[in-house]
Amino acid sequence: MSEWWTYSLSDFLLFSARTYRRLFELYNVDIWPAQSVALALGCILLAQMWRPRAGQGRYMAAILMVGWIWVAWAFHWRHFLTINWAATYFAYVFAFEALLLFVFGTVLDELTFEPGSVAHRVGFAVVLFAVFLQPLIAPFTGRGWLQAEVFGAAPDPTAVATLGVLLASGRRAQWRLGILPLLWCALSGAVLWTLGAPGDAVVLPIVAVVVLVVARMARASAR
Amino acid sequence: MKAADSADRLGVSVPARDRRRMLRALAALGAITVLRPSLAVAQNRPFLTRPIPSTGEALPVVGLGSWITFNVGNDRVARDSCAEVMRNFFDAGGRMIDSSPMYGSSQDVIGYGLQKLGKPSRAFSADKVWISSGSAGRAQIEKSRQRWAVARFDLVAVHNMLSWQEHLPTLLAMKAAGEIRYVGVTTSEGRRHHEIEEIMRRHSLDFIQVSYSAVERDVEARILPLARDRGMAVVVNRPFREGALIRAVKRQPLPAWASEADCGNWAEFLLKFIVSHPAVVCAIPATTSVAHVRENMGACLGRLPDEAMRRRMAAHVEQL
Repeated sequence: MSEWWTYSLSDFLLFSARTYRRLFELYNVDIWPAQSVALALGCILLAQMWRPRAGQGRYMAAILMVGWIWVAWAFHWRHFLTINWAATYFAYVFAFEALLLFVFGTVLDELTFEPGSVAHRVGFAVVLFAVFLQPLIAPFTGRGWLQAEVFGAAPDPTAVATLGVLLASGRRAQWRLGILPLLWCALSGAVLWTLGAPGDAVVLPIVAVVVLVVARMARASAR
Repeated sequence: MKAADSADRLGVSVPARDRRRMLRALAALGAITVLRPSLAVAQNRPFLTRPIPSTGEALPVVGLGSWITFNVGNDRVARDSCAEVMRNFFDAGGRMIDSSPMYGSSQDVIGYGLQKLGKPSRAFSADKVWISSGSAGRAQIEKSRQRWAVARFDLVAVHNMLSWQEHLPTLLAMKAAGEIRYVGVTTSEGRRHHEIEEIMRRHSLDFIQVSYSAVERDVEARILPLARDRGMAVVVNRPFREGALIRAVKRQPLPAWASEADCGNWAEFLLKFIVSHPAVVCAIPATTSVAHVRENMGACLGRLPDEAMRRRMAAHVEQL
């Protein structure tokens, strides 16, 4: 791309804020009642995180994997692609993250937990936010329940919950599995900012920064 | 030009003497054709078109863009809303609708609108080829044509000059075979002007498309004069800079002297500045609003500013 320095994200945004919001509305109507299943999986995830036992990381990774693969197919491929050709690539990225979660989380059982640690508590809070508070942002900001973004069904809360689980889990798996969720937080935040929704835009980057800072602190204290 | 009679803007007939003076001034601006479609007759103001230099075919000076605004996916409500914009555009005498494979679902939405409106014969379909591979260009154009649901495109341009060396021979061959009527290249936001200038010098194009507005006037220096010299029609994209320009000026009242060019609102003011350049055939603002498309089409009516007023308009907008 020549003269690349003259481009900004707005040059690549193909849709308006109204169309993007409406996409969630149509998506939620289309997949109903899948959101209730996703919410139930979110509750199971939180219950397992609250008092983790040996081997439960496999199940948590499996729940996250289901969320990522669902978002790849149902959201990116079937809906977002109707207004954004780049959603094809997002679908592949989300499917790849699902594969990573399956391999490192479910098969190799690399998600281990240290209940009571700061990282575990903050990670739990991040998942709590993704499952119960993020879906409330739309109705509480006047956009209505139909535009709610639910963990396991919408990309942002799914990425946030994944970061929460990774933060609460053992150190080995964190970075391999956390890169794509972190990148998604940055991208989604930038898109929302460009669409003129600064309130929504800061949520994901803040979560990403909190996760990074706490993870670094936990790592430093472990040395 | 003298100040317009306020009665003119209210739809009362213009005195014959004023009309003659107005037509002389329009002719002096260069090859503007004055037609009288229904809206112009209703408002008793001349309807402005410009000829495409390569054929003389007349195009209304305002078209309809679809970047972002028509990319509404499968949303039936939004699609119907876009179709209403198209209906009002055609009712106001509009012809050129512009899109690209890059614009998400815009082509499908235009196709939906055209079907819903009974495929208006006055529609002038302008699309682009936008793919790196030269050999894939023809297939992409055919896919785009199917999405528009038209028999053939009137104009196909190389989008942002992407792989233009490969696509241009294809487009020229398609034109020779009667598969499309006109060929062009596009750029936007003032990028790659040197390159488009080279293409214009070396190739025989019917159209070029560039960004141009009262605050973005780079093309005045070389591109627009070259287009005139080479007999190429200029289509202007992003005339309101994706709405930012009109949002900025709308905070201020329209200057009283704007009525001298029959500008009743800021949209007409900004568009008439653009289309009064002698090289420009058509500006293509995009909108999702019926009210806005009506405002935009108002720039097809009445008098255009002369050179002195154009300078005044640009200075005024820059000052705002």
